[in-house]
Amino acid sequence: MKKHGWVALMTGALLLTSCGEDAVVVDPLPEQSARPVIQNYAALTYANYTEAVKQAKAMQTVIDAFVASPSKERLEAARTAWLAARDSYGQSEAFRFYGGPIDNEDDGPEGQINAWPLDENYIDGAAGSNTVGIIADTVNYPSLTQGTLLEANERDSEVNISSGYHAIEFLLWGEDTSETGPGDRPFTDFVDGGTRPNADRRRQYLTLATRQLIEDLESVQVQWAPGQDNYARRFTAEAPKEAVLKILTGLGSLSGAELAGERMAVAYDNKDQEDEHSCFSDNTHQDLYNNALGIQNVYLGAYGSVSGQGLSTLVAAVNPALDQKMKARLKASLDAIRAIPAPFDQAILGADSSPGRQKVKAAIDALRAQTDTLVEVATALGITLNLE
Amino acid sequence: MRRALITLCCLLACGGEREEEGPEPGEELPGGATTVHDTTRNAFTLVARNLQGERRDAFFVGNALFNRNWVTAPASTEGLDGLGPTFNAASCAACHFKDGRGKPPTEPGEKAQALLFRLSIPGEDAYGGPLEDPVYGGQLQPLAILGVPAEGWVELGRTERPGQYADGTPWSLEVPQYTLRDLAFGPPHPQLMMSPRVAPVMVGLGLLEAIPEARLEALADPEDRDGDGISGRVNHVWDVEHRATRVGRFGWKANKPSLQHQNAGAFRGDLGITSDLFPTHDCPPAQEACRAAPNGGEPELDARKLEQVTFYTRMLAVPARREPNEPEVLEGRALFREAGCASCHVPRHETGTMADAPELSGQVIFPYTDLLLHDMGPDLADGRPDFEATGSEWRTPPLWGIGLVKTVNRHTRFLHDGRARSLEEAILWHGGEAERAREHFRHLSAPERAALLRFLESL
Repeated sequence: MKKHGWVALMTGALLLTSCGEDAVVVDPLPEQSARPVIQNYAALTYANYTEAVKQAKAMQTVIDAFVASPSKERLEAARTAWLAARDSYGQSEAFRFYGGPIDNEDDGPEGQINAWPLDENYIDGAAGSNTVGIIADTVNYPSLTQGTLLEANERDSEVNISSGYHAIEFLLWGEDTSETGPGDRPFTDFVDGGTRPNADRRRQYLTLATRQLIEDLESVQVQWAPGQDNYARRFTAEAPKEAVLKILTGLGSLSGAELAGERMAVAYDNKDQEDEHSCFSDNTHQDLYNNALGIQNVYLGAYGSVSGQGLSTLVAAVNPALDQKMKARLKASLDAIRAIPAPFDQAILGADSSPGRQKVKAAIDALRAQTDTLVEVATALGITLNLE
Repeated sequence: MRRALITLCCLLACGGEREEEGPEPGEELPGGATTVHDTTRNAFTLVARNLQGERRDAFFVGNALFNRNWVTAPASTEGLDGLGPTFNAASCAACHFKDGRGKPPTEPGEKAQALLFRLSIPGEDAYGGPLEDPVYGGQLQPLAILGVPAEGWVELGRTERPGQYADGTPWSLEVPQYTLRDLAFGPPHPQLMMSPRVAPVMVGLGLLEAIPEARLEALADPEDRDGDGISGRVNHVWDVEHRATRVGRFGWKANKPSLQHQNAGAFRGDLGITSDLFPTHDCPPAQEACRAAPNGGEPELDARKLEQVTFYTRMLAVPARREPNEPEVLEGRALFREAGCASCHVPRHETGTMADAPELSGQVIFPYTDLLLHDMGPDLADGRPDFEATGSEWRTPPLWGIGLVKTVNRHTRFLHDGRARSLEEAILWHGGEAERAREHFRHLSAPERAALLRFLESL
């Protein structure tokens, strides 16, 4: 179909000469199809971070009420709000791993927002020890400020985590020593003259960590806001190949090394709840699901009220079968993660033949297959995806 | 400021003109097929590129253990308790932050974190190794669990020592002095010897382990038969794992034969964690509370976990070179060789066959080390023998990745105790067998010195 060839040529296709014949190769990322996908990605990223900020602020309202007057019910409410806040953030992790606003090398706040695993004793003595941790240490930390928390974060050790979701999680739940459920810190830890000393500093710490989390999330959100001179403006102006490479690097890194590897395979191998993502609240199964959902959101181009063209559109144009395969892989991963019996820290225990471990293994395998398919997707779009 | 214009093609090397070669094949990928491409703060933390499938998972498992803070026994996390009783740090990553280089204290009164002090007295133990101090043991532990006295700490003093280049440009080197403070058990042995050791970069260790012993023996020239003033020596050390004397290749004095041995030694010495290889704590007789403290199991680190950490340390990838073809880098490359640096910092090796690590086998690598001992002169000497290493000998450290230290660890402190404040100062400290090379550097012009440093930065 010679005529088609010329049309393709006029719309930016590449003319390659091979073996002395003219062969027309279709550009898999033509500007007019790729640009809307890139713009839609920026829009859904902004929507996702906006939701994360909104949920964190809702959590702050409840935490402030708890701190003002601690009670069992208010602690429960704070925990519920934390769990709700995790959903949107978990999905936003699909925007990591390419040096964007969340984790760029100079000032990406990811390590302040979501670092884990954290050493409980660094913040507040675990196992009833009232003498260790920043909260008890009035000598080195005479006054607590947001700056104190940031200064201390990752100091001297990658597990010395003092800020972010998991610091808040630890303050709300405490250590998880239960075989059936999450941690169960008594609300009286926050009451003067209650179960533990330094209740005032514990309340203050919780307030500061929450405030800092919101500031950090907002700092990322603003970089994706439409119509501003910010990262989103630069990102949406990039050459299609550059922008799509970033998008796919984020998806592939989360799907493989991070989710299948760091977040699942390590815990599967160690059988150690210290290696599960949200170990105090037993919310790990939900974290995993949200990460996988975040990948699907980007591929399909939809989050919340944003619904536009995703990578799927571009793949379908060059290889409809591959697009179907990718969608099936995404669904299979989500289903496999859903099938893991909660809590995750119990599912990883026992013999390899135990139902829980088999389900975790199946989810790891599904994510690996999904990662391989993402690499195929990149190749189909003319991109070499080197995943670390 | 006359600088010969260098063109990259076929310059005749005559009349003092330097013929510059381009990099040899593979030089831009110093770790061979394991090499990764990263220039961020995570440049030293990545998994060997060619490690795949479940073996890749094993790396992440080891990584988690490497980062984990160990806790006082008894604790609910049974597999991870037993810290101390006395220790230097609670996790491997505390000193090997982002798998990079530690630094010495820089503020007055600051206590060292990633700089430790080996202790011994004259004589040898039953295996030819250093004889531990009877009061403080083989290493000073400045931290301890609750209810156990810490041993003490080392205060750093500094003086400046001026010098100058042949062209008159002055420099000043920082000379450290170490003073023991707050010793909990009275004076140490009167003939105590101390050796400061800073945490080195962790990349490429598995590849170094895969260089055949025969290659190291062949590079050695203990009698300096070729008369170049450089007599590299192999350190032969006791291997607790195989109950035999073997070639030492890890540690600042090549006093450890393998990564497994090195790691188990660090677990015991730095964290106070026992293993099958080192089943006892560093609690000398006078330290009663240390001896009486509860342990976290016998051993505290089970064999599988040690294997996992060791696998992790073998599989940390070397980052690719930056700008290997820049003219100034190539000039520095030529100067590096002309000055004689490459005599000890041997650029190229080929790894042998590692039955359990095909990823590390048969690789052409560029670590810039011979893994041999060299007498570096009195200024750098710690005066403390370590197996066959004398008090003034040090193992040539590898240079791969060295240009990324400032990015990863946000400092540029080099040498065994971090005394050098820059790569330039590190060169200027070289003495003994390296004096000739240092003098060559001292006589270079400012642009040539800059080129040589830029070459190092590109590694």
